[in-house]
Amino acid sequence: MEAASLPAALELVAGGGAGLSPEKRAALGASLLLLQRDYRFERVWFWGCIQGVRGAYYIAEGLGPDRAAPRSRLYSLNCVEWSLLPPATEEIVAQAEQLKGRFQGDPSFEYEYTEINAEDAERLFEDGKEFMIKEETRLVATIDQIDRAVGIIPRGAFVKTPLGSVHENRNFEGLSLTEAKKLSSYFHFTEPVNLKNKTLLEKALLDPSTDFLDSLEHDIPQGSWTVQLEKGGTVVVLRSLLWLGLTFYHVPMTKQYGYIYFGTGEKNLDLPFML
Amino acid sequence: HGPYQPHEPGYGLYQPGYSPYDDQIPDPNSRMLAIQNAKAYLLQSSTTSGLNLYDHLANMLTKILDEQPTNVVDIIENISKDVKWAQFRKKTDTLRDEHEVIPAFEAAEKRKALFLKANGEGDEELEEEIGEMPLPNVMETAFYFEQAGIGLSKDESYHIFLALKKLISVQPIQTCRFWGKILGLEMNYIIAEVQYHEGEEEEETEEEEVIEEGGKGMGEDEDEDEDEEKEDEPPKSTYKPPPVIPKEENGTGANKFVYFVCNEPGKPWVKLPSVTPAQIVCARKIKKFFTGRLDAPVVSFPPFPGNEANYLRAQIARISAGTQISPIGFYQFAEEEGEEEEEGGGGRDTYEENPDFQPLSVAEMVDSLTTWVHHRQSILNQGRCVWLNPFQKSEEEEEEENEEEEKAEEPDEQQQEIGPPLLTPVSEDEGIQNIPAWTAQPSTNLIPQYAVAILRSNRWPGAYAFASGKKFDNIYFGWGHKYSPENHAPALPPPVQAEYPSGPEIAEARDPTLEEEQAFKAAKEEALAAAEEEEDEEDVEDDEEEEDD
Repeated sequence: MEAASLPAALELVAGGGAGLSPEKRAALGASLLLLQRDYRFERVWFWGCIQGVRGAYYIAEGLGPDRAAPRSRLYSLNCVEWSLLPPATEEIVAQAEQLKGRFQGDPSFEYEYTEINAEDAERLFEDGKEFMIKEETRLVATIDQIDRAVGIIPRGAFVKTPLGSVHENRNFEGLSLTEAKKLSSYFHFTEPVNLKNKTLLEKALLDPSTDFLDSLEHDIPQGSWTVQLEKGGTVVVLRSLLWLGLTFYHVPMTKQYGYIYFGTGEKNLDLPFML
Repeated sequence: HGPYQPHEPGYGLYQPGYSPYDDQIPDPNSRMLAIQNAKAYLLQSSTTSGLNLYDHLANMLTKILDEQPTNVVDIIENISKDVKWAQFRKKTDTLRDEHEVIPAFEAAEKRKALFLKANGEGDEELEEEIGEMPLPNVMETAFYFEQAGIGLSKDESYHIFLALKKLISVQPIQTCRFWGKILGLEMNYIIAEVQYHEGEEEEETEEEEVIEEGGKGMGEDEDEDEDEEKEDEPPKSTYKPPPVIPKEENGTGANKFVYFVCNEPGKPWVKLPSVTPAQIVCARKIKKFFTGRLDAPVVSFPPFPGNEANYLRAQIARISAGTQISPIGFYQFAEEEGEEEEEGGGGRDTYEENPDFQPLSVAEMVDSLTTWVHHRQSILNQGRCVWLNPFQKSEEEEEEENEEEEKAEEPDEQQQEIGPPLLTPVSEDEGIQNIPAWTAQPSTNLIPQYAVAILRSNRWPGAYAFASGKKFDNIYFGWGHKYSPENHAPALPPPVQAEYPSGPEIAEARDPTLEEEQAFKAAKEEALAAAEEEEDEEDVEDDEEEEDD
């Protein structure tokens, strides 16, 4: 969620019971601004908090002029000092997917592979490295996976210019209440995968400036999002069931929206059994 | 079509005197005419929409000049669209508003009702309340948890506060606590943990006794019918279901507290039924999301005996038993007059507040987990807190059995299960793999003198406890499931049972496989061929007999 609207936004996502203490909120107000100054970001988003066993990671993302470009991610253990994370590569994501269990809370903690079989080992460790992966790397991979899988925005909030770059839509006044309850009004804010698979009829109805991303309708498994009206029907809150802890909020007919992650950073692979 | 301007396409093509319009008398006010023509063109109403461009441009420019947005030229098309949209909106305006806003209005009405005082409340009631305070101070608890970043928004907490107050005014409640919030697919649950005044709960037990007696009556009727039809009966099933373990009495063990739930503060509170051991045992094997509707069925394997209300109650019981903790010394065992031995060998199950409680410092509370203890009994594998031998019959039932049946072979005597005694320190909790069961942290490192000790459970993610001085509390915010690093593997169906017990009349054997049948056929043919050679010399009748095979 936008750093500028953080206090109000935290009130709106607090329905899940997770939030930030006043100390962290105050610290973020100042440190996110400084991040913007130091790294010359145009926008700074507070991505959320991954709870480890011994400590927590607070994550922020910075966006440049093209909002759809790969974002810079930073983490902090105390919301005051931030360190830049390396960009996520496919290799890193594949390696980190083998890991299970909680984060430890210590960025230099090294995981050892125990369950990996010989074929996978050869594939992933071509240069014969040891079976160790640092928690920082796992953090990078997890944040990337979460953003890719469940980072969402309302339809119409971003427009694609003819030059290909993506900006906020200044004419976005918010979704109406009926639209806000439908999953098709929300898009994954990442490279579209299913867009080309739509039928010609569907494509004819799309508006290329606003409909350039995948919507949530066809997410697998169906029902992996819960849509609820909270606070007496004034806020629409979407929660992901695949990554438990991801909460998206939107106040209909206003420009307020955003998503945040408060959780343990583990994918919920039991989802099909639980629905 | 007056004289063409330099930027217009017709410029320079027609020389004066040779243009196609030269035969017309040029108007002295050719420019004025041009303007009038242009304006007339712009005022033409569109055949499809009834608008005309002149008015539309005027509206657009008025709007732009009124609002003065930055970089207008970039968004001019959108402004044009908005102006057109505004034209059409008015006709359906009233309908749309009414349709959309209704749910929010109703919800606001309900919440407003929370804030209104109930009828007949006066000063007298205030005096009564000062004596006994069943209403918990939800805002105070919320403040302490907020120091750790846990908790709902202040609005919601206050609504819950008022909703609890309403609950207390309606039900005869002795103690009440905000237990927490469980999230669901369609709606969430807000849960209150409550203890009644003694003697308020007899209604439920009467209903259950009636049902049991009715069941026995039915059994007798069925026996009579079966006696008549003994001739053509399929063999009776010898399956004896495992004995149903009776649930614990209200007020003890897993049913010590009564739980009320509502979906949102302002909606009526619903009482959850007591939990039975069978439900707890089954709840341990399944993992399902809550939908938010108490009457929703729980479709699972093994089939859950009950609907969502029962599943919710079972999960609440498990979470409470596993994660309700308090600082050591806050509760102590009541001094008992007699011996402590009980039949089941279980420990004491009552405790009371320690009036001489000396709180430990926050640093001590956080450093080691021995400073926290469980004050709820843990639930055994059987599904109860106090173990009950299901084969121990009461006197009445023994008499009945001697009359009717011979005592069937008793299955192996079950080992008595003993759980950890009440008030065991939390450090004895098993961790999962290499993760300790609890994570303890102070709420702030910057101001240690006012920090609050916070414990987060790792076995039940979402369960939290805080302690600060003499105050402590537990709370749960989450989806209601236990943490398991392994993926959930549902139970496999049991192996196929034999249909009939093997006996002199009926014997079950496997069907022969194709190879076996072919081998048998080949062997038989060989035998036939051998027999034929012997009998070839004899009559043809032998051949006919063979064909019968």
